[in-house]
Amino acid sequence: MIRFDNVGVRYGIGEEVLQDLTFRLEPGSFQFLTGQSGAGKTSLLRLLFLSLQPTRGLIEVFGRDSSALEPGELPAVRRRIGIVFQDFRLLDHLTLYENVALPLRVRGQEERTYRRDVIDLLKWVGLKDCIDAHPSILSGGEQQRAAVARALIDQPELLLADEPTGNLDPVLARRLLRLFIELNRSGTSVVIATHDHTLMEQFDARRMILDQGHLHIHE
Amino acid sequence: MSDTADVPGADQPVDPDMHLMRERKLAPIVPTASIASSALTLVIAIMTYLASLTLGAVTIIGDTARGWQSDIAREITIQVRPVEGVDLAQSVLEASRIAEGFEGVTGVTVIGEEVMKDLLEPWLGSGLDLEELPVPQLLTVAIDDDDPPDLETLRRKLIENVAGASMDDHRAWLDRLVAMAQTTVVAGFLIFLLMMASTVLTVIFATRGAMSGNAHIIEVLHFVGAERRFIAGEFQHHFMMLGLRGSAAGGVLALLTFVVFAIWIWWRGNDPSAEQAATFFGSFSMSLTGYIGTILLIFAIAALTAVTSRFTVLRFLGTLDRNSDEIEG
Repeated sequence: MIRFDNVGVRYGIGEEVLQDLTFRLEPGSFQFLTGQSGAGKTSLLRLLFLSLQPTRGLIEVFGRDSSALEPGELPAVRRRIGIVFQDFRLLDHLTLYENVALPLRVRGQEERTYRRDVIDLLKWVGLKDCIDAHPSILSGGEQQRAAVARALIDQPELLLADEPTGNLDPVLARRLLRLFIELNRSGTSVVIATHDHTLMEQFDARRMILDQGHLHIHE
Repeated sequence: MSDTADVPGADQPVDPDMHLMRERKLAPIVPTASIASSALTLVIAIMTYLASLTLGAVTIIGDTARGWQSDIAREITIQVRPVEGVDLAQSVLEASRIAEGFEGVTGVTVIGEEVMKDLLEPWLGSGLDLEELPVPQLLTVAIDDDDPPDLETLRRKLIENVAGASMDDHRAWLDRLVAMAQTTVVAGFLIFLLMMASTVLTVIFATRGAMSGNAHIIEVLHFVGAERRFIAGEFQHHFMMLGLRGSAAGGVLALLTFVVFAIWIWWRGNDPSAEQAATFFGSFSMSLTGYIGTILLIFAIAALTAVTSRFTVLRFLGTLDRNSDEIEG
């Protein structure tokens, strides 16, 4: 699904923040991406999401060399990847319903065709009572769950989540993890970038540990 | 909250919350309030107003020049100067006979003494006795527009057969007037083009401003897989509506201006200033072409606004792809 071969990233003329990354993400796999702050987790997520180009090495995404992708091809690739941002990136002028439906709306789908899916998903993440509310009046945890719902609405082949449980209490964090596991069981590959050791201990999965730009993988 | 996790979209249970399933009117993805709409609408309205006035003026001048051209071309003047020893009245009769005998001449009028006095009064004062002055006699010859006479032959015949006769087909005046009118029309179009260029630049700046103000929305749209043309379409729609509002306001105001001027000329009737304006610009009213042109201009400026914003957005997104710094941390 995704293949990194000897990938390095450098910002400007500084040292490489990521060095010699070589790994694969297989279809249906589940992995935690962890490491100390500044270890390069976010940069690695950006590489996976094609919003950052490597300074060197090869990244193959869904069988395509990422450097050979035309800009016009990027949306189609990104639609196969769901991403949950650390800072949620919800649009404040849209309701939760509209935020979650956004990926389907930009594909030109009619509102009536996705209404049930969006509402079911919002109910599932426990936001049934806030469907028509705007993000600005919601708590961090509620916004986090809405961001997760938005990433999942189009059933992506790969889900990237950057500290998805950072704003959640343990109960909700556990529930979210169960969601990710269920999603993974239905065939979606999952990468969760997290500091949360408690979360990682709840599920036995591959761990990708970044340490000073180097990647160590524990299967 | 149930703890039984299930992937949504699998087996759907009976929904007890049917009220949630109502149809919703979706808010625009790019919020209207985030675009400096009133200022841009005003600028577009002013530009459209000025462009419509220019277009109208060019139309009026063009029509008037054509009017002058056909009026003057419809008439020539024969002048018979007094020559010593020759009977002027006889010469005038002879000139009139020659002119009338030409094919394409529809009538010859000898300008009478009273009319001549009126014509000379501004220069020589009242109470003139034309008998005492060697005033030439004038004849106006009306000619058929569709089948004009051979003016060179007429001129030659007059000079050969009538002492002191000369003919003026107003060609020199006509050429000057046409040249002046054409210069004015060209200048008008240049001004018009400059206004269009200013409008385009204003829209480019406004679009860039709107995109800067909505950069976070564009980024999110990118992340959820929106294609560039979708994002451009969202902005284009806003700017087209905005452009249409502005251009309609400016265009309608310009049309009203022309209507008011036309009514003013008609209302003032014999007032000298109105008469003077009417002499130069006819009824100072635009032809149907001018009105249709202004209406088309309204839609053209709205379309120009939409297309300009679309290309500006597409250009911006082209630079954003693969160079973004969206995810920080």
